[in-house]
Amino acid sequence: MTAPAPETSEKPEGPDLPAAPSPDRPAATGLDAVGRGYLEQVRAGELGALPAVAGLVVLCVFFSLLRPVFLSNLNFANLLTQSAGSIAIAMGLVFVLLLGEIDLSAGYASGVCAAVLAILLTDHGWPWYAAVAAAVLTGAAIGLLLGTLVAKVGIPSFVVTLAAFLGFQGVVLMLLKEGTNISVKDPTVLAIANDNLSPVLGWLLLAGCAAGYAALQLRRSRDRRGRGLAGTPAALLAIRIGAVVVLGGAAVYLLNQERSRNVLVGSLKGVPIVVPVIGALLLLGTFALQRTRFGLHVYAVGGSPEAARRAGINVAFIRIAAFVICSCLAAVGGIVAASRGNSVDPNTGGSNVLLLAVGSAVIGGTSLFGGRGRVVDAVLGGLVVAVIQNGMGLMGYSSGVKYAVTGSVLLVAAGVDAMSRRRTARR
Amino acid sequence: MAETPILELRGIDKSFGPVQVLHDVALSAYAGQVTALVGDNGAGKSTLVKCIGGIHPIDAGSYLFEGRPVQVHSPREAAALGVEIVYQDLALCDNLDIVQNMFLGREKLRGLVLDDSTMEEMAAATLRSLSVRTVKSLRQKVSSLSGGQRQTVAIAKAVLWNSKLVVLDEPTAALGVAQTAQVLELVRRLADNGLAVVLISHNMNDVFAVSDRIAALYLGRMAAQVKATDVTHAQVVELITSGRSGDLGPQTNPHGAAA
Repeated sequence: MTAPAPETSEKPEGPDLPAAPSPDRPAATGLDAVGRGYLEQVRAGELGALPAVAGLVVLCVFFSLLRPVFLSNLNFANLLTQSAGSIAIAMGLVFVLLLGEIDLSAGYASGVCAAVLAILLTDHGWPWYAAVAAAVLTGAAIGLLLGTLVAKVGIPSFVVTLAAFLGFQGVVLMLLKEGTNISVKDPTVLAIANDNLSPVLGWLLLAGCAAGYAALQLRRSRDRRGRGLAGTPAALLAIRIGAVVVLGGAAVYLLNQERSRNVLVGSLKGVPIVVPVIGALLLLGTFALQRTRFGLHVYAVGGSPEAARRAGINVAFIRIAAFVICSCLAAVGGIVAASRGNSVDPNTGGSNVLLLAVGSAVIGGTSLFGGRGRVVDAVLGGLVVAVIQNGMGLMGYSSGVKYAVTGSVLLVAAGVDAMSRRRTARR
Repeated sequence: MAETPILELRGIDKSFGPVQVLHDVALSAYAGQVTALVGDNGAGKSTLVKCIGGIHPIDAGSYLFEGRPVQVHSPREAAALGVEIVYQDLALCDNLDIVQNMFLGREKLRGLVLDDSTMEEMAAATLRSLSVRTVKSLRQKVSSLSGGQRQTVAIAKAVLWNSKLVVLDEPTAALGVAQTAQVLELVRRLADNGLAVVLISHNMNDVFAVSDRIAALYLGRMAAQVKATDVTHAQVVELITSGRSGDLGPQTNPHGAAA
């Protein structure tokens, strides 16, 4: 599982779904029909992952032309580990944004969970699995509290999470005894963001993922065709599976190159461990949203709470669950940040972490108005944000310019979201 | 018309606080027939529909379904009987496709996973049984549909569950001429497929185009239930506006005791 290609995920819109048959005649199932359907959707304002993918390609070409070091193996691996924490938080935010809500406290919630992790590991000597479980449970409790306040008490999520944003900032300070820095020494937790898979394991993992993906796609397609429903054209299946193999293979190959500046000091190669961690979360989140009843109900509540209520969906439960998922993934983001920083301090999860995570989800194509978005958006958007920060850093721009540019990109993404929403609005 | 009506209401009273909205209302709906429910604004049509759908409990009177007296306290109980109501604001999710909307809240699962193929098959079969040809793809999002197509989806959703009685609240109110004709054709087909249909409408042309029977509410009372072929346009308008027309309707002051 490496940088996922946009066409590899299941989703309700976009090019994946074949033109289903009209009740009377089966629709054309050729590749051109799928392409036409996709173009129609784009024209109707359903842009999906298109802007994020295009932006990612343009930015990568731009930076690698101006600064060849951008393309170096070391930088490529850095880019992935830098963005991982923020991507995990953004994945959680997708669930909340899908409902048309917001969680401004996700950044500091990740800080609280990271602090819990560090205190249990370092001060109390807990084993890593117990401390990680406690951190994630802390996240779940935070989500339960926020979700209950929003769904049951009826306070707008903006206000609840703004209060929590301030409150958790204070909790982090209290947990860390007014700003001390707790270092993390547990080797397993440190490995998450600092160690790599062995090259062989990287290849095996990719092979397993590609084979599993191909098997799922083929089985689904065969099932649909067996029932006389329009299946995905074989050519498109081949393109998708080929894209997974080629892109994944290229990424694993690059990451398996030696990237240590001095091999005598230590070898540095292989897929960073965070990559399969994020990949597993991506698969799990995508499965939950696209294939389960729960996921469908999340989309339904985000699209029309009233329609969902009349359909017998427990709207309050869906809201609370989304906040719990968001805070749990924020906890994962906090664990990754603690691992990468080798320590937890009052700034973990603070400053611009939340804003970059929200920006990632929105840049990736998740709507701020609810009802539209996918987990993969968080990954794509997170990579765009990381590329901007990383590339501009290499070009020697100051933090000020980096923030201003990232802010502008977010504004453009939100603008695209608002305009596409206007186009899809009721005709 | 000796057969047992699918739905028979007798002596329904309904008050909201001190305001009595329905007085001693009777209504019958028969399988294979479209019963038009007409009445001016405030006559109690929507309240009556909500009583049928289980949203409002009735204060007094009997609710007979297929001849058996039943108690309907919630929309779920109504749905369990086979009563589906298509409200004016269609309650569809714009961001979901046609199949997802039709099965919302009652999805088919295979283990943990949504059984998309089966749901798509069932949706296609339902639309085919209604001879719907206007939608291009069942995987289209509802946001891309026209008003008439949305109404079609909402109606198809109602008949998907082997329902026996479908109540349509002003299905043509917001539609253009061609789309109105399509939806009315669909309403007629529902009845021809053996369902009992109650159609609420303000539009006399629609009423006479599809209905077999007409029930006119006036100020919370059932002014008359007649065969559509027995009355004229003008008589129905008179029933709606004054509660009586010639020998139709209560022969005394409608504010007093009904004849």
